[in-house]
Amino acid sequence: MSIMSYNGGAAIAMKGKNCVAIASDLRFGIQAQTVGMDFEKVFPMSDRLYLGLTGLATDVQTVVQKLAFQLKLYELRENRPISPKTFLSVVSNVLYEKRFGPYFIEPVIAGLDPKTSEPFIASCDLIGCPMEPEDFVVTGTCAVQMYGMCEALWQPDMEPDQLFECVSQALLNSVDRDAGSGWGAVVHIVEADKVTTRRLKARMD
Amino acid sequence: MATTVSCLEVPKGGFSFDNCARNARLEERGLTRPKFRKTGTTIVGLVFEDGVILGADTRATEDTIVADKNCSKIHYIAPNIYCCGAGTAADTEKTTEMISSNLQLHRYRTGRPNRVATANRMLKQYLYRYQGYVSAALVLGGVDCNGPHLYSIHPHGSTDKLPYVTMGSGSLAAMATFEAGYKANMKKADAMQLVRDAVAAGIFNDLGSGSNVDLCIIGKDMKVEYLRPFDVANKKGVRQGNYSYKPGTTAVLSKSIKQIKYDIVSESVQEDMDTS
Repeated sequence: MSIMSYNGGAAIAMKGKNCVAIASDLRFGIQAQTVGMDFEKVFPMSDRLYLGLTGLATDVQTVVQKLAFQLKLYELRENRPISPKTFLSVVSNVLYEKRFGPYFIEPVIAGLDPKTSEPFIASCDLIGCPMEPEDFVVTGTCAVQMYGMCEALWQPDMEPDQLFECVSQALLNSVDRDAGSGWGAVVHIVEADKVTTRRLKARMD
Repeated sequence: MATTVSCLEVPKGGFSFDNCARNARLEERGLTRPKFRKTGTTIVGLVFEDGVILGADTRATEDTIVADKNCSKIHYIAPNIYCCGAGTAADTEKTTEMISSNLQLHRYRTGRPNRVATANRMLKQYLYRYQGYVSAALVLGGVDCNGPHLYSIHPHGSTDKLPYVTMGSGSLAAMATFEAGYKANMKKADAMQLVRDAVAAGIFNDLGSGSNVDLCIIGKDMKVEYLRPFDVANKKGVRQGNYSYKPGTTAVLSKSIKQIKYDIVSESVQEDMDTS
């Protein structure tokens, strides 16, 4: 078994028109046994910046706390909210510091620039190699399935409602084909003036 | 208490090995490590009449999955020096950033543009220090006061100074193209075409390379042209059907909306003019 599939989990982030979507499943398992069905893997880092983390659950919690710490220091020093691109740099450096003894997580970042409200998504591998594609990022035990679903469903410039349907269906159908993720899903649609959080009805197996 | 960490402790630069013992124990229990994102890659460099041309493909892979279809493998080192990277993507990214940073400090210290040999020396000493564990295979090229220079740098720290080099999984296909087509002191247009052909050979014949060809031409007077993409060798197909879902398709259990307050950046009040 791989360390990354010990706890299971999945997360997607997608770009839309003046909005981004970020979603994750809710399963927390220990190998074959499901222990929790309310383990969200998407964390709000600031008003318009969200971070999704999949992989080993203990490292997910540790890295989120480390990053929140770094972010708070940044905001105290700079007296302004962090931009998503800079945050990607912070995440990348925090992970690369542990290059030879890594945290077993794979992050996805989704947010809007605090000044221009331009949508931004990015992901890293477990040692912090950054990637900023134009369309979507996926991570988790069902990454292969999610790549397939997203390639088929994603279109550029989707409105928030359309983007919600796209990301939800991509996530739900992918986790249904993976034993290690599922048991519910949470989706956040981040727009310039509001964030809509929805919990989805999913297969509980 | 064995470890009391003060929150105000400024972390030292460099690598931290805190997790190594824990990770080793996890592997003893039979859990396998995940693979790092590699850049598979075909990267090439060529010295022509006026300068240096660097070329690279744009595919980043995670095992056999294509993680990024359009990643940038030609990294900025200095205004007159660029570097292509193959191997573990995080290593090439961070190593080139670090050397770039140090070279900027060097520029301030010396008051001169950097020499390519300086970048080469810094990179090889860093990579040798880590005995190949920092898995970065680089093609370093640039123009300085002594003319154009091209180096290939291997993960263990050995370097070769040559008129044309290729690295990465597609290096054999690219080198075959170079060996057939290279002439000394080529003209810019011919050189660009040859570099494009070499990278394309890698893209179409090597599984680890794909997508587009990026070029970076560093010419006379250290002028840089960064052409990304230079050649879109593989276009994505046009979707034949419409797969969008009607709003309301997904069953929602609960919904909550959080309004975001806008920060007031500036406020100005205009009082009524006194027209007495």
